[in-house]
Amino acid sequence: MSDAARKIRVQCEVNGRALRFETYPMARLLDVLREQAGLTGTKEGCGEGECGACSVEIDGALVNSCLVPALQADGARIRTIEGIAGGEHLHAVQQAFLARGGAQCGICTPGMILAAVNLLARNPQPSESDIREGLAGNLCRCTGYTKIFESVVEACRSIQQQPGRRA
Amino acid sequence: MEPHIIGTSVPRKEGREKVIGGARYVDDLSFPGMLHGVTIRSSMARGRIRSVQFEAGIPWTEITVVTAKDIPSKNCVALLIEDQPALADEMVNHPEEPIVLLAHADKYLLEEARRAVRVEIEPLPAVFTIADSLARMHVIWGEDNIFKSFHVEKGNVDEVWSRADFVVEGEYETGAQEQLYIEPQGMIAQANPTEGVTVWGSLQCPYYVHKALVRLFGLPKDRIRVVQTETGGGFGGKEEYPSMLAAHAALLAWKSGKPVKMIYDRAEDMTATTKRHPSHTQHRTAATRDGTFLAMDIDFTIDGGAYETLSPVVLSRGTIHAAGPYNCPNVRVRSRAVATNAPPHGAFRGFGAPQSVFALERHLDRVADVVGLAPEELRRRNFIHEGQTLAVHQVIREKVDMVHLMDRAFDLSGYHAKRKRFQEANPRSATKRGIGFAAFLHGAGFTGSGEEYLASEAALEVTREGRVRVFASSTEMGQGTNTVFTQIAAETLGLGCDQIEIVQPDTALVPNSGPTVASRTTMIVGKLVESASRAVQHSLFERGFLKPGYGANEFAVACRQYIDKFGKLQSLIKYEHPRDLHWDDQRYQGDAYGTYAWAVYVAEVSVDTRTAEVRVEDFVAVQEVGKVINPILAAGQIEGGVAQGIGFALYENVVWQEGRMVNGQMTNYIMPTSMDVPPIRVFFEELPYARGPAGAKGIGELPLDGTAPAIANAIAHATGADITRIPITPEVLLEILESAHV
Repeated sequence: MSDAARKIRVQCEVNGRALRFETYPMARLLDVLREQAGLTGTKEGCGEGECGACSVEIDGALVNSCLVPALQADGARIRTIEGIAGGEHLHAVQQAFLARGGAQCGICTPGMILAAVNLLARNPQPSESDIREGLAGNLCRCTGYTKIFESVVEACRSIQQQPGRRA
Repeated sequence: MEPHIIGTSVPRKEGREKVIGGARYVDDLSFPGMLHGVTIRSSMARGRIRSVQFEAGIPWTEITVVTAKDIPSKNCVALLIEDQPALADEMVNHPEEPIVLLAHADKYLLEEARRAVRVEIEPLPAVFTIADSLARMHVIWGEDNIFKSFHVEKGNVDEVWSRADFVVEGEYETGAQEQLYIEPQGMIAQANPTEGVTVWGSLQCPYYVHKALVRLFGLPKDRIRVVQTETGGGFGGKEEYPSMLAAHAALLAWKSGKPVKMIYDRAEDMTATTKRHPSHTQHRTAATRDGTFLAMDIDFTIDGGAYETLSPVVLSRGTIHAAGPYNCPNVRVRSRAVATNAPPHGAFRGFGAPQSVFALERHLDRVADVVGLAPEELRRRNFIHEGQTLAVHQVIREKVDMVHLMDRAFDLSGYHAKRKRFQEANPRSATKRGIGFAAFLHGAGFTGSGEEYLASEAALEVTREGRVRVFASSTEMGQGTNTVFTQIAAETLGLGCDQIEIVQPDTALVPNSGPTVASRTTMIVGKLVESASRAVQHSLFERGFLKPGYGANEFAVACRQYIDKFGKLQSLIKYEHPRDLHWDDQRYQGDAYGTYAWAVYVAEVSVDTRTAEVRVEDFVAVQEVGKVINPILAAGQIEGGVAQGIGFALYENVVWQEGRMVNGQMTNYIMPTSMDVPPIRVFFEELPYARGPAGAKGIGELPLDGTAPAIANAIAHATGADITRIPITPEVLLEILESAHV
């Protein structure tokens, strides 16, 4: 039996909670999150790292979870769309997407919101071209991106008006 | 009363679930004991199936295998006609045609099994282009490869050519385009002889799927149930294809006795499902010295692929839109949809119109050039006005002011100043700039007598607590059905949006409101929701439970009293075709649509002549769409449509090899990203349409029509290149620029 065919034990933190699971080392993190952790908010659009619908954060870095082997999750802190809101309280980016029409069909939305949250954490006052670049790995077929840009600008403004709130 | 909900941007009804990752799409659902299903497809464009072999090394007894022989009733995907099999039997007519289905609980084993099925096909000669199909190089469908043809005749074009000052001819082509919804096609089925068949899936048209399953299984209508799950984009791509996928999932579930989930991966979705019809158009236009149109002779052909599917209706819309928003005394449009051995082309937002409008609006810039007028001046002299007739003899009875829309679009885009400035600066720069526009119309609702035949229904029910439930088969797929219906019901009933509930489309619960297509949901079905709301309110008034000027509490009390006395408070409204709208299917003349949206779009581009790369720098979209019900949703429709139009014009190139798409990945089929779209600036003019809910017209498809020709005209302005086909990839543009220099 090769190593790739033998299940491994992975221990990580997902949205602030410890998660232990057994899986094949090269299983996709996307499948582990959706099928083993029941976190179906992370979506699959292409399975080849092009569309960004499966974006999650690993130790603060934005990744396409369809390209991350499960073994890389060992010991990592992972954040998915389910970990963005504070309970019932929407994150400023989620609130802005809702108010400004940043979500239409909603399938790219979880990944897009992760990308926007990640951008604002790195760059709290992004220019228009920073926003375009920060979201360039996330495809949206519905909005033409216009309302997504407006949502990010609005989120930025609202975060600045509430000091102490994390991006 | 809470007035003025119409016209405000209330947040998307299901938006909260979408932004927290809680919305449940089909792949997010799981059933106990569920199997996964996969499809074995044809490797050949056309041929005879010789054998299907199951290679050793796979525990075949554990795997559910379905072929055409397992189909309980008729082997077809019933739509307009029944020419397309659910599973190929004996013959295959296009690459990727489904032949065998497999199901098993273990996805990994299933993939190994899929690779262990060998289908031997004896090849037969095939046809891959419109020209070869028309020439009947091989007859591959019916007697002549023609699915459908139309002939529109107004006046007499043939008498005009000899006395015209100018006759301008041109040929135009548009390529296939993939809908590329980000959620791939998916379906779950549960089926057995006692309970019948139920499917849950990502789909636009629950009753299309219902009809197909009734025919496939030969079961009574009430034994087939279709439920729409949250749908991650459709754009037409989930209009007809889900019937095929539902058929497959249901056949596997029927045979295995277990729930079966089928989710396409991106490559399978792109190569096997429908795309926008490729087209070829010839124009011959006669004009006087001052640029007045004397005649338009238009020949329009679309490639339908291997089976008829929706090609006749796509052709119909393309044909009617081919002569545009112009007044011309003599018009002839001859059109046809032809068969080729490619997977069937199908519905895609715009539905034939983006193809014929591209040809017309690009052609008119060339006519203007020959006549010696500015492109805007040529249009200005020929725009249609109230009281004049379209090519199909439809008298325009609504106020239309294309000149105003054009002037406003020019003001907002700085068109005149830029046109002059770019022309002066371009000779000194390797990066050329250009600005161009397109003027167009788009008919809302089904074509001709289509709405009359559909006879759609929608219903409303009120609970004892005064909550309002809307029942319609119109689906939410991102365009805003839930929110718009909520606003219409809330405004009509004088309630808050949170008192309105939109029932999930489920054929066991909702009436047939027709398909969610053709820019018809807000205008046609929304009107039924408005009428049903009014009927409920009227019942309460009539019985004396409620008086005008009521508040939400009084409404709830009245509902309780009414229901306690009469049992139920509900209303079912059926569409009634306006008596003054007439359409003659035989002569193909009359009121093609109840109304039109009218628009002028302006595109500004830069072209790097060293790399032949085009960037859209600015985009202004001005349109008259009746009353805007939700400004953010409406603008979102236009912005998203413009982005798809930019892809159609510049990037989205389906590469074909013997009928198969060979670039079926997001890596090599390029759609616009956040780096590629310009500022898309959207402006509405609102002339309420008397028959729309609160005066609204349909707008969903409109932006696909004018975006590509506006960009093509801007590139022509920037470079002088004679653009006649899209997509204008750098390779295509380079070729044109180099041939112009030689």
